[in-house]
Amino acid sequence: MTSAVELSGITKRFGDVVAVDNVDLSIADGEFFAMLGPSGCGKTTTLRLIAGLEFPTEGSLSIFGQEVGTLTPDKRPVNTVFQNYALFPHLTVLENVGFGLKMQGIDKETTRRRSMEMIELVQLDGLAERKPSQMSGGQQQRVALARALVNQPKVLLLDEPLGALDLKLRQEMQLELKKLQRDVGISFVFVTHDQEEALTMSDRIAVMDDGKLLQVATPEEIYERPANRFVADFIGQTNLLEGTVSDSETVILENGVSVRAKNGFSAGTHVAVSLRPERAHIQSQGEFEEGWSHVNGFVETVTYLGNALIYGIKLDWMDLEVREENHPGVELYKPGAEITVSWDPDAISVVSD
Amino acid sequence: MSTSVEPRGWAKAALHVNGWFVYMFFYAPIVLLVIYSFSNSRNVGTWGGFTLDWYRDFFDSSNARGALSNSVKIAIFSTIISVVLGTMAALSLERFTFRGKKVFDALLYLPIIIPDVTMAVMMLLFFGEFFDVLDALFGLGLRKGFWSISISHIAFNISFVSVVVRARLAGMDTDLEEAAIDLYASRWKAFRYVTFPQIVPGIAGGALLAMTLSLDDVVITQFVAGPGWTTLPVYVFGLIRKGVTPLINAVSVTMLVVSMLLVVLSIVAQRVRRSG
Ligand SMILES: Nc1ncnc2c1ncn2[C@@H]1O[C@H](COP(=O)(O)OP(=O)(O)OP(=O)(O)O)[C@@H](O)[C@H]1O
Ligand SMILES: [Mg+2]
Repeated sequence: MTSAVELSGITKRFGDVVAVDNVDLSIADGEFFAMLGPSGCGKTTTLRLIAGLEFPTEGSLSIFGQEVGTLTPDKRPVNTVFQNYALFPHLTVLENVGFGLKMQGIDKETTRRRSMEMIELVQLDGLAERKPSQMSGGQQQRVALARALVNQPKVLLLDEPLGALDLKLRQEMQLELKKLQRDVGISFVFVTHDQEEALTMSDRIAVMDDGKLLQVATPEEIYERPANRFVADFIGQTNLLEGTVSDSETVILENGVSVRAKNGFSAGTHVAVSLRPERAHIQSQGEFEEGWSHVNGFVETVTYLGNALIYGIKLDWMDLEVREENHPGVELYKPGAEITVSWDPDAISVVSD
Repeated sequence: MSTSVEPRGWAKAALHVNGWFVYMFFYAPIVLLVIYSFSNSRNVGTWGGFTLDWYRDFFDSSNARGALSNSVKIAIFSTIISVVLGTMAALSLERFTFRGKKVFDALLYLPIIIPDVTMAVMMLLFFGEFFDVLDALFGLGLRKGFWSISISHIAFNISFVSVVVRARLAGMDTDLEEAAIDLYASRWKAFRYVTFPQIVPGIAGGALLAMTLSLDDVVITQFVAGPGWTTLPVYVFGLIRKGVTPLINAVSVTMLVVSMLLVVLSIVAQRVRRSG
């Protein structure tokens, strides 16, 4: 099956700035695909390349097998939901939604009917005659979605569509977007710099940094088996314990202690063991689960979250963060308490730069 | 409704007085001008009973009527041309990058900065040479008048129009144009259906400014007018030299009414747009 969007060796330069650096990427039809990365890493540029609002400096780009590298946006079966919606302020909701159809020369009657259907689909019935300025952020968001989807694109591009909404609305819209995507059945390519949003919504995630694609994988894979130090650190919380590979089963930490850590690096490679706070466990000093790796330290800070406790742990050579669920009867440690941190050797990952 | 930052007590009273003073400075001369234009006395400053004679004189004088119609013709023509060119200049500066853009940008505002007299002398020289050249080449026999005045007015009005339109363009997201293009609009249609409606208020403002400046201009027009062909303000200046009579008041009131009609028209036009 041909993929919906295929980038091979795509590079985009703006003068001296390399915004997108030799990216290979293939997005399947019907996939909810997130592009994640820190500010300025090239997410928007990648999206604009797919939309045709920028042309690649190098490489080839195809949509459903058709090479579109230098085709203008009107010749591509994709539409975009812009970062700040970019609704036309002088037009009503109905006119905004119908804009694409009108430009394609579709007759007034059909344009109106299809626009109304789409407005209904995004639950804006009754607001068709409003101007964008008379709507809330969430409503504007829906207009932007309707305006793009009414053209029946094969791929929908969304640039931080939820970025401007407050937390609660954001969570509601996340669910709605996901449902909408299932209903229309096309691929959504979705830019965000919120890793939680990417994890909860996507079928697959591409992590970018500095124009380069670091890893493309499912949320589970990205979380459990990050490709490198940057991904491990960027996705979720983690502790990075520096060390050196001894063999494929063992890493020697900075303080000289060997821990079991399955890895694919050759001996002597400088690596970090990524230990997620919720994968570590605290007990009184000297106690730990059978067969688990362990280090000694003491409690420096305790943060009470209600459903969990975050311990700031001081080791001889570094600090750790450990998260314990607040089960009934869980043992609470006070700052200063001497403890042992232990973890299941299978619950960690080993990463290098 | 009173908030904590509103002035109170004597400060509030002083603010009121200040307001009235400002209004007085603005409008007292206008009111006096209108009153004395109906005065039946050859002396501008004395009241000699009500009369419409000065208006009759004005409209009876073929010179005065000619000057008025010249002014209006030039204002309309130079406004249309300078709005088109000024808007295009604004678009190119706000939306495109090209070689020599910075230089073009700086040069575009020169007519606003340089003094009227300088501009007038430049124009005089230019038309002296230019019309001679055209005459020599094509035997057109152009005389100074409508064309020389219009071209001069266009020359400075382009700058003013482009400043106003550019301010409007700068406040408009380029996102909107990209969204239009993403929604299958050609460049032209994106301009026609998205950019243009957004900048219409700027264009209208620019047009109004251009028209006012053209109707107002004395210095430059006087230099490039040529014999026997003048605009109303230049005609008024000529009258003063022969001695000041309330005829000048009548002419001025007529100009005032024309300008105010223009403003009212533009406001009505914008209202209609908004509600329609
Ligand atoms: N038109 C342009 N001209 C010059 N440089 C540009 C242009 N567009 C983007 N860049 C540069 O390319 C890099 C990537 O920009 P991009 O907008 O793709 O980042 P992003 O990942 O979307 O960031 P953010 O999360 O802040 O939106 C940045 O360094 C940016 O400054
Ligand atoms: Mg961006």
